[in-house]
Amino acid sequence: MALRKRSVGVVAVIAAAGLGLAACGQSSSGGGGDAIELTIAQNAIQGGKNEAAAKFIADWVIPKFQEAQKAKGKDVTVKFVPSGVDDEQYKTKLSLDLKSGKGADVIDIDSIWAGEFAEAGYIKPLTEVAGAEADSWDGWSQIPEAVQGMTEFNGKKYALPVGTDGRVLYFNKTLFAKAGLPADWQPKSWQEVLDAGTKLKSSGVPVPIQINAGTAMGEATSMQGVLPLLAGAGGEVQQDGKWSGASQPLKDALGLYQKIYGGGLGDPKLQQEAKGRDKSFQQFADGKIGILMEGDYFWRGVVNPKTGVAKMADRDQVVGYAMIPAMEPGKGIRGQDFVSMSGGALRTVNPNTKHPKEAFELLTFMLSPEALKEETKDGNVRITPRSDVNKEILAGEPLLTFISEKVLPLTAYRPPVAAYPQVSVALQEATAAVVGGTAPDQVAADYQKKLEGIVGGAGNIAS
Amino acid sequence: MAQATSPPETRPEDEAQAPRYSSDAAGLGKARAGAFAAPALLLIAVFLVFPALWVLYLGLTNYRLTGTAAAEPQFVGLDNLLDAVSNPTFWSSTWLTVQFVLGSAVIGQVGLGFAIAWLLRDRRGPLKRVVEGLVILAWILPSAIVSFLWVALLDRDGGTLNALLGLPGFAWLLDHPMLSIIVFNTWRGTAFSMMLYGAALGNVPPSHLESARLAGASGWQQLRDVVFPHIRGHILTNLLLISLWTFNDFSPFLLTAGGPDGKSEVLAVHVYKVALQSGELGYGAAVSTIILLINLVVAVFYLRLLRSKK
Repeated sequence: MALRKRSVGVVAVIAAAGLGLAACGQSSSGGGGDAIELTIAQNAIQGGKNEAAAKFIADWVIPKFQEAQKAKGKDVTVKFVPSGVDDEQYKTKLSLDLKSGKGADVIDIDSIWAGEFAEAGYIKPLTEVAGAEADSWDGWSQIPEAVQGMTEFNGKKYALPVGTDGRVLYFNKTLFAKAGLPADWQPKSWQEVLDAGTKLKSSGVPVPIQINAGTAMGEATSMQGVLPLLAGAGGEVQQDGKWSGASQPLKDALGLYQKIYGGGLGDPKLQQEAKGRDKSFQQFADGKIGILMEGDYFWRGVVNPKTGVAKMADRDQVVGYAMIPAMEPGKGIRGQDFVSMSGGALRTVNPNTKHPKEAFELLTFMLSPEALKEETKDGNVRITPRSDVNKEILAGEPLLTFISEKVLPLTAYRPPVAAYPQVSVALQEATAAVVGGTAPDQVAADYQKKLEGIVGGAGNIAS
Repeated sequence: MAQATSPPETRPEDEAQAPRYSSDAAGLGKARAGAFAAPALLLIAVFLVFPALWVLYLGLTNYRLTGTAAAEPQFVGLDNLLDAVSNPTFWSSTWLTVQFVLGSAVIGQVGLGFAIAWLLRDRRGPLKRVVEGLVILAWILPSAIVSFLWVALLDRDGGTLNALLGLPGFAWLLDHPMLSIIVFNTWRGTAFSMMLYGAALGNVPPSHLESARLAGASGWQQLRDVVFPHIRGHILTNLLLISLWTFNDFSPFLLTAGGPDGKSEVLAVHVYKVALQSGELGYGAAVSTIILLINLVVAVFYLRLLRSKK
């Protein structure tokens, strides 16, 4: 009998384990009856990355939305699923969630992932998921054309835009004063940036210039590095459906990397470190970096005196900013003197959700003027997708006014195609090779070879 | 020394008793015995055999994490395997993995683990307990915590090691990534070898060592002619296990993320990077298949050595 009993026990344990596994597989949005549970996933976490966004969701969005739904007679519970990791890792996690038919009901994605997620069927056009309300949302009329464009793939809208951004050159005014450089610095060519770097170096600044390079920084190398430089040399990664190979603009952009990192004006090792970008933030905040190319996220989320990851109490006095110059005046894309790159986040409804209507309501709720104003108060201003809101909130914010008035009119966007992320990695590898000491011409030729493999042959590359 | 080398003899009585234990010791009968084994076999089939076969299949497709090929993967035959063997990154990863296994497992963990076990074999008291405690602590702490501590130790700007050595700015993880992860893994995994050899050395009959010493054998001669023959099986089993574990170890990723520029990208990290970060699941599965084959070869090599003892 003892044997029997034990075998019963074993079977019970196995059965329990099986039930446990099955329970893990339950969708998070389950729940029967009238109770509806919604989840929101963002790469934001209290006490870490994008803390302000995480707080806003926990303290305002969730209680207010639940209240609003209750007023309509619906019992809705909203939960926040935080992350605080590199964007590439967040993307991997999301794709795995979506691939297995799971994931939060409302998800934030980078606009540049929309193409490949849509092709994989991970996200669907909003009208398919949420119905006709998606097109008739009254917010669309307030969103500029270019920002709406980020949500589209093959002519269909897959998400609502969360905002947009722009890139500038940040500089430390204290270090500039020591090096005899003006506090209202605005370089007009790459040479003027290099000259400022040389002066900073001779005044004892350890890292005069930081322009992201290498693969460890991921997309940050593309957006805050090689792409603005490429635009400044008059090039684009893709033009009229053809990819640019070993073009002169690419060689020029790589040439600038060589001058910075081969000439002692930058720290090549920082580009290789696993946490190099976080370190560059810290070094800028500690007054060790003179000039840094970054997006407005840096101002809002990194050196923000209240919620930044590398807080600078005296940010408003010490941190200066300037437009990114073209190689020489008039040499940028479209003949511009200054250039930038823009992207932005999107928020969409997971096609696997059990409550698409409520999830879409949550989406629009978070983009209502009321919510955006609440989110951006107390020093958390960002460029929202809505012109009506921007008009009010940007007034007191010098950098974001600067970006929305001076930078956004001349900015450029990444090609919204599924192959772009792979091309971007090839560009990052190219910058890594130059920083490692390979000649730009050789690196450009290698890049073209890799590009042929990615985009399907030399026929898709402009000669 | 031939007598000393052979393991405890099999006694002739064993053969006489053999029939009692022959086929059905528990008296269950085939059907019931099968029923008992079935849940375990089922779990193995679902969680081990099926995924392995699935990886073999995925390796023959262009399956991706995102994009069109995620929705409709195409069968591409052996293309992925051919791509892998003609890809210099794959070969450099393989070579780095060999260095990692030889350096941290075979030389580092086995050497250090045996040395500690040998030095502490006759000791009792606090010293032995403290040393063993520290070594085992390195083994049982979670990887994420341990690697965070090592990053803090080896960091270029504020690292403890640089502060101790007075070498500010020396980039251990960038200039010597392989050395860093080899030392790290040696530190991390020595406990297993130490405990295994500690137990094995306890089985060496003291009388054999005594007679060797009386015969005037030096320390090295005692090791070579008395101890090693006795624990040969333990050594080979230990080598087999830790070679395979180290070969498939992912924790170097937590220290260097495979960088800088792939200089510490061992195969486990390589697969993670191509399959999950670049999203090339098909190619990643093909590389995993090759890793599986290498593991099999290593395992067969050790098992044959182990068997040749009889």
